[in-house]
Amino acid sequence: MVIPILDFSLILPEIIVVATALVVLLVAVLGRGQSAGTLIVLSLVGLAAAIIATVVGWSGNATGFNGMVVDDQFSRFLRLILLSVAALVVLLSYQDLEDKRRAGEYLTLLLFATFGMMIMVLGADLLMIFLGLETMSICLYVLAGFQRRATSNESSFKYFILGAFSTGFFLYGIALTFGVTGSTQLPLIHQKFAENPDTMGVLAYAGLGLILIGLGFKIAAVPFHFWSTDVYDGAPTAITAFMITASKAAAFAALIRILTGAFFDLNVDWVPVLWVLAAVTMTVGNLVAIAQNNIKRMLAYSSIAHAGYLLVGLVALDAQGASAIMYYLMIYALMNVGAFAVAILINHRGKGWYQFDAYRGVGHRYPFLGAMMAIFMLSLAGIPPTGGFMAKFYLFGAAVKTGHITLVVIAVLNSAISVYYYLRVLVLMYMQPEGEVNPVPRSALYSLVLVICAVGVLGFGLFPGAMITLLSQSLPML
Amino acid sequence: MSNLLSIVTLLPLLGAIIIMFLPKEGKNAIRSVAFTVTVLDFLISLALFFNFEIPTTAMQFVECYDWIPSLGISYHLGIDGISLFLVLLTTFLTPLCVLGSWKSIQERVKEFMFFMLFLEVGMVGVFVSLDLFLFYVFWEVMLVPMYFLIGIWGGPRRIYAAVKFFLFTMFGSVLMLVAILFLYFNITDPATGRHTFDLMVVMSQINFPLNVQMWLFGAFALAFAIKVPMFPFHTWLPDAHVEAPTAGSVILAGVLLKMGTYGFLRFCLPLFPKAAVEYVPLISVLAIIGIIYGALVSLVQKDMKKLVAFSSVSHLGFVMLGLFALNINGVSGGLIQMINHGLSTGALFFIVGVVYDRRHTRMIADYGGLAKVMPVYFTVFMIVTLSSIGLPGLNGFVGEFLILVGTFQANIAYAVVAATGVILAACYMLWMFQRVMFGKVTHAENEKLPDLSLREKMIFLPILVMIIWIGVYPATFLKRMEPSVAHVIEIVKSSETTAHETLMPSTKLPVWADGCWIIAPEDRTW
Repeated sequence: MVIPILDFSLILPEIIVVATALVVLLVAVLGRGQSAGTLIVLSLVGLAAAIIATVVGWSGNATGFNGMVVDDQFSRFLRLILLSVAALVVLLSYQDLEDKRRAGEYLTLLLFATFGMMIMVLGADLLMIFLGLETMSICLYVLAGFQRRATSNESSFKYFILGAFSTGFFLYGIALTFGVTGSTQLPLIHQKFAENPDTMGVLAYAGLGLILIGLGFKIAAVPFHFWSTDVYDGAPTAITAFMITASKAAAFAALIRILTGAFFDLNVDWVPVLWVLAAVTMTVGNLVAIAQNNIKRMLAYSSIAHAGYLLVGLVALDAQGASAIMYYLMIYALMNVGAFAVAILINHRGKGWYQFDAYRGVGHRYPFLGAMMAIFMLSLAGIPPTGGFMAKFYLFGAAVKTGHITLVVIAVLNSAISVYYYLRVLVLMYMQPEGEVNPVPRSALYSLVLVICAVGVLGFGLFPGAMITLLSQSLPML
Repeated sequence: MSNLLSIVTLLPLLGAIIIMFLPKEGKNAIRSVAFTVTVLDFLISLALFFNFEIPTTAMQFVECYDWIPSLGISYHLGIDGISLFLVLLTTFLTPLCVLGSWKSIQERVKEFMFFMLFLEVGMVGVFVSLDLFLFYVFWEVMLVPMYFLIGIWGGPRRIYAAVKFFLFTMFGSVLMLVAILFLYFNITDPATGRHTFDLMVVMSQINFPLNVQMWLFGAFALAFAIKVPMFPFHTWLPDAHVEAPTAGSVILAGVLLKMGTYGFLRFCLPLFPKAAVEYVPLISVLAIIGIIYGALVSLVQKDMKKLVAFSSVSHLGFVMLGLFALNINGVSGGLIQMINHGLSTGALFFIVGVVYDRRHTRMIADYGGLAKVMPVYFTVFMIVTLSSIGLPGLNGFVGEFLILVGTFQANIAYAVVAATGVILAACYMLWMFQRVMFGKVTHAENEKLPDLSLREKMIFLPILVMIIWIGVYPATFLKRMEPSVAHVIEIVKSSETTAHETLMPSTKLPVWADGCWIIAPEDRTW
């Protein structure tokens, strides 16, 4: 047996993240919980280093670890999204964390979750993806319940039970696929299906179906979404932002890899399934979001709708579709993190300030905060010249290109519906008489996060050219 | 100057940014900056008028830069005879709106002026864009400031009106977006071999079979019909108009509605000519329903602003009828009627605003006998009313006459029915005028109402000049519009000869007697 030569440079960013997590844990133990500030700086430095490592190794297009990981530009780009979101969430956490003494555990879990997501993005093997998924999920189960109160515990418990259930599906799907094709590596599975069409039998479909269900849970596609809003609502808000953006991005990356990498030849059958899933997901998400009176729940349902839009990109099954999903995930992360940052500020030291009523008159009393929230809401609604518009335009364009006009019509009508509930926030902030407003602290950290998100949302909306060119060259290698 | 259009489009944005950095308390400074910028913008836009070359149908003042080259999106601006006056109308009305809100807007002046200038960018942008993507961006961008103008400074039901306005427009335009994407993926630029959003290339390459055209026309037309608004998509209009602050209503009636009719003329007709011919009966009938319905509803209004709002539905019905007569008289009439409506209805909203600022009521019953109290106001009101009902010598007549002549050439029945709308217009306008102006002063509060202030006179003076100018000497405007209009009609006609049997278009272009607005086509069919 040949001892494989392992090229650790492929996973250098991951190594840095894990190392940072361990250092943070160590410092937290030694510092006896008095060092929240230091820990946050440490985490940021680690994430920044990982970002640099990702960018430096950009041109790489290689597989490694015996075909277990694939380090292509697709994974580099997604890792960049994940690391940036993680960094922004770390910045948000300082305010959001109720008990600063537990910052060490919190940040370590956050970093490990990021690591798990990065592995999902890297995985060229179903088992690798599964390991990443589990690492991420376990950390998130704990983080969701990090606040010691009933809703947070409920959130954690629900997430755990249903998450474990869904990983069960995922694992069973992997087992069936292995049974049919004799491999868990994506390229080999693809090869098997291509060489021997007979393998595309009931078992293959069952395997694919179970994998789809497993990932469907993670992206909160209808009808696998029931856990999501309660979990998002109960979790600490910074973690909600993290789950809604980063874990969705990772799950979509895995979905793209698995569907187009391994199961491409079955696309005649899975495309219609995703078509229906996309239509139902966005419609249900939007219709339910209209009825919400709580910013967290509204954003939670809106994230379900956005998962529906993203599925449109997969239905397109086209190079533009894949790069559009990447672009969308980036913009989606920026606008959601921004919106959650505002939500955390408004809720500052309060309980129940996530209700819409807390937003009355905010736009006039805090013009900066209001303007930022307005940008994020308009972007979520897909109004030009924001990135949210450009992302939808690019994504739906891919589907029009491949002839899925009906689905695109459903999608654009949905995004018109969604305007209603995003505008509600603007109505409250600007058009309602001022209500009781929770005093909002001035926070340079938050202003920084908000400005980064807003500049990103507007900048990529107005000048998406370079990014789109980059993305169209950064397609998944497999 | 090669960047003239960009300057006209983006100068207000610069103004908006300046306003953002002004202190909130300096209300007059903010107003002055907004006024200066908009006046400056208007003066610059006059250069478009003076440098406009008449006999050509080509786009002028063209600017074309790559924006997102990988997607075939360019920053492509240009105007022709169709858009020239709409741009001018926009730059003309905006400073007047700033002036009109000088006193009536006291709350959050900074935000108001910011949105006003922002709105101007969007409006001018819509009229000058020659790239479908760019057009769509401006088309949507403009919703945001208008939404805030209605929602923050509007009347009691402003939130409902603002959201309704936004949602209606949004539903229409998202389908247009799908159609634009469809066009994109089916049009290849022969020069580069790539897909493109460039309108000029799309126009030269487009060649779809009728059934595809029908769908695409439908998607575009829905967006535009909601904006116009055509019956039965008009229900957002009375709400938005009534709740909006005066300046908002003026812009809404003056410019925003024209975006719909402009869209039909710029996109629907030349891009989908075969479908346009097929859609003529449907659109004409809806336009006529709009004319009659709008007029009848106006008749029974007790609120002046509502009356003016519903009269817009009627007037815009005329415009649509003219455009879909698909002959030179009808289309030029429709185009000039867009300008006329912008001036007259804009002025009417200002007129309602004047008394509303003084009395805070818009009910017709609360007034009466104002003629004696406010003589200057009376004169202005009278001229504008007469212009609105189409008295010869004033602008409204030119437009309505051309439209009816054009419609008559196309379909006599349509013209006959539509003409009753002119009569109804006289009824509701004059009746309102009479109830507000004549008789005894029935309310004690009205006895001491001050007449127009200098500021208010400055608002009405330019409008009245334009009203009379167009009425007396429309050739200034028509001769600039005509080549472009003829070009569009030519495209529609050359697309399909068989479909013409359903129409009776004038085969010869009418001869324009220089300086005379009367048209005498030689092949009259009656």
